[in-house]
Amino acid sequence: MTTGGPGPTLELVDVSKNFGTVAALRHGSLRLDPGSIHALVGENGAGKSTLVKIIAGVYQRDSGTVTLEGQPVDFRNTAEARAAGIAVIYQEPTLFPDLSVTENIFMGRQLVGRFARIDRTAMRAQVVDLMTRLGVSIDPDRPTQGLSIADQQIIEIAKAISLDAKVLIMDEPTAALSGVEVERLFAVARSLRDEGRALAFISHRFDEVFSLCDMITVMRDGSYISTQAIADTDEPAIVRLMVGRDVGDMFPKAEAAIGDVVLDVSGLTSPGMFADISFQVRSGEIVSLAGLVGAGRSEVVRAVFGVDPYTAGRVTVEGKPLPPHSPTAAMHAGLALVPEDRHLQGLVVEESVGTNITDAIRRTLSRHGFITRHRENESAQTWAGALDVKCSALDALASTLSGGNQQKVVLAKWLACDPKVLIIDEPTRGIDVGTKSEVHRRMSDLACHGLAILMISSELPEVLGMADRVLVMHEGRITAEFDRANATAENIMFAATHNASELVAS
Amino acid sequence: MNGLGAFLRRIVRSREISIVIAFVVIVAATTSVNSHFLFSADGWKQLLINPTMLVALAIGEAFVIITKSFDLSVGSVLGLTAFMVGSMYLAWPQMPVIVAFLFAIALGTLLGFVNGGLVALAKVPGMVITLGTMYIYRGIDILWAGTKRINATNMSQDFLAFGNAQILTIPALAILAVVVLAGASWYLRNMRSGREFYAIGSAPDAAELCGLAIGRRRLAAFTISGAMAGLAGAMFAARYGTVASDAGTGFELQAIGAAVIGGVAIVGGSGTVIGAALGALLLTTINSALPVLGISSLWQQAVVGILIIGAITLDRTLAARRARLLVAERMRT
Repeated sequence: MTTGGPGPTLELVDVSKNFGTVAALRHGSLRLDPGSIHALVGENGAGKSTLVKIIAGVYQRDSGTVTLEGQPVDFRNTAEARAAGIAVIYQEPTLFPDLSVTENIFMGRQLVGRFARIDRTAMRAQVVDLMTRLGVSIDPDRPTQGLSIADQQIIEIAKAISLDAKVLIMDEPTAALSGVEVERLFAVARSLRDEGRALAFISHRFDEVFSLCDMITVMRDGSYISTQAIADTDEPAIVRLMVGRDVGDMFPKAEAAIGDVVLDVSGLTSPGMFADISFQVRSGEIVSLAGLVGAGRSEVVRAVFGVDPYTAGRVTVEGKPLPPHSPTAAMHAGLALVPEDRHLQGLVVEESVGTNITDAIRRTLSRHGFITRHRENESAQTWAGALDVKCSALDALASTLSGGNQQKVVLAKWLACDPKVLIIDEPTRGIDVGTKSEVHRRMSDLACHGLAILMISSELPEVLGMADRVLVMHEGRITAEFDRANATAENIMFAATHNASELVAS
Repeated sequence: MNGLGAFLRRIVRSREISIVIAFVVIVAATTSVNSHFLFSADGWKQLLINPTMLVALAIGEAFVIITKSFDLSVGSVLGLTAFMVGSMYLAWPQMPVIVAFLFAIALGTLLGFVNGGLVALAKVPGMVITLGTMYIYRGIDILWAGTKRINATNMSQDFLAFGNAQILTIPALAILAVVVLAGASWYLRNMRSGREFYAIGSAPDAAELCGLAIGRRRLAAFTISGAMAGLAGAMFAARYGTVASDAGTGFELQAIGAAVIGGVAIVGGSGTVIGAALGALLLTTINSALPVLGISSLWQQAVVGILIIGAITLDRTLAARRARLLVAERMRT
């Protein structure tokens, strides 16, 4: 693209990565030039983090090429990538809480003196220099335990700078930073750019992307979509590229008669997690909580269901208030929660399908405290049939089922308790496309039968295709509400990346 | 901040100093009841020589606990190596002392390497693997020894003399333990690989992203623990002169207890081998002081238990306090 100039510092072409049968990255391409800050954007699950982890040597690619300064490279682990001059700042800081700031910065590559003895004095002096350069005063000798996320992020940056890296990749480094801290980070990033290093910046905040970066690459569904100069594009165009796909017949949503309010949440607050959350779900209605990962959606439903406590607010089901922090009471009141992580929270994979389905209704099944497999399977049969769970027998282990069928088992388990409100977190995560629409059809049927459904989803097409109403969360607050007619990928994405005051201003 | 206040605070914070104080108090109290406890040639020697085996085990155990694991097999490794040393003297009565120690350490290293290898291969927590090898190693010991007992008359005079030798009234075994302790302490503090044990125990995921050789370090920790148990086995044989198949039974829990009392955090990532060694010193001394103080031997175990629970509670409280202070400190600046 440039004529006669230096080649790219780092270039990935058509890189792919599969985890089992799930393709996390299909066609990942990225070209980082020296003296440039390159933005990498895309929806949740577009494959950005996987791409970063391949560059960093955490994962090994299945196919494609990676070249560093023209040389093909193949990092087997993070140490090799680091030795080659690649530094990565991850979404979550990765520090050792028991060790000092200085040790954290130099772990694995400590400066050594005679007899390979660690030279603490020299390392400390370097850290003092680094902190001065970054304009912060963090005691180099203190342990990193107790530091704020922003401070920890600064230490990660100091680590990257001390590496004297050719390539610096920042994976959503600003998510937890305040305005001043972001500015300080950007000042450092710009000075590194001016030294001729190649930087990549992953962020959902478009204002930051547009003020900091000079190139932008969009990814979608694990694939490279486009690369442009920031000057040649604008925010709406980028959003269109990020979400641009047809929302077709994958979502067989039938019109359901919408009845009375079943679930009423008002003023729910949990400091540091979410604040002032109010919404209602009516019978026959599917309400979607949309937003980016980390916006606080799962935390809200966990609090509503009573798994986590909250400090203020009220939850009522059919007019009756629900005591906080009691999942048992929530279940009695007719709430059902299908959690995000099937393996961890929803399913006992080493148990039979029948046992799993009847898990939540054990008490009603038991006679004098005993449950027979026969009664269990009899009851499970009803629900497995209703949801069309494909398995050889109810005695089969849940672990032998496909992801989609496992999800149906979890659904069956909660439907067996005859709930009034179904809360479902990421209903189709990790499920192949065919089964997705199957799960969606079941959800639609349930709504038609008068169930109130609250759905969390990070997949915009799913939100647009399934929801009667969309609530968008950003940094712990509901920032926008759209009904089915008004919801578009663009306005949901916009609301998910801006806080309420910015929305009013725009 | 006056000098005395700051001094007292530092003492409370430094586990090593508080253990030394507890040790001095116990020795003083016991000596006041019976002056022979300290002020007799034999009392002095016992005080210094009795903890040496547990010190060796606690050093090894500290390596393992710092990397966020446990080694339950050290008692069995001690028993097996002690018996091997005795058996070798049956076959080769004039075996030099140094050779006996080297063989014991070599066997301990091998057994520790097997522990570490199994942990790495099976990807099962070290506690489970070493619970298994604890029984296996003890089983081999019993199979080999049967009801046989190696006596002092079976071992060389040089070897037994070394076990009871004193240099300027200090037992040779105690000097050996201190030399090993100094080496281990220097290594953990000053070498890259030494610091990596702490990093791995403190945050294994971060260590992975940092590119540290986690598998190799964990293997090394178990191997070192085995080597230390082998050394303790040779010490046992030299010190007591009799070895039966039950030698070292129950030492594994004492070693873990010593490390914990010495401030090695059970969740990994912090603590020192010096702390663990001092914990072993305190534990052994309390055990020998209680009878002198007229406390029934039935109570000894309970006292050890109270000490361990007390140490962990203290650790928790101090850690919570420290966490608050660290946050507060950052707020101020």
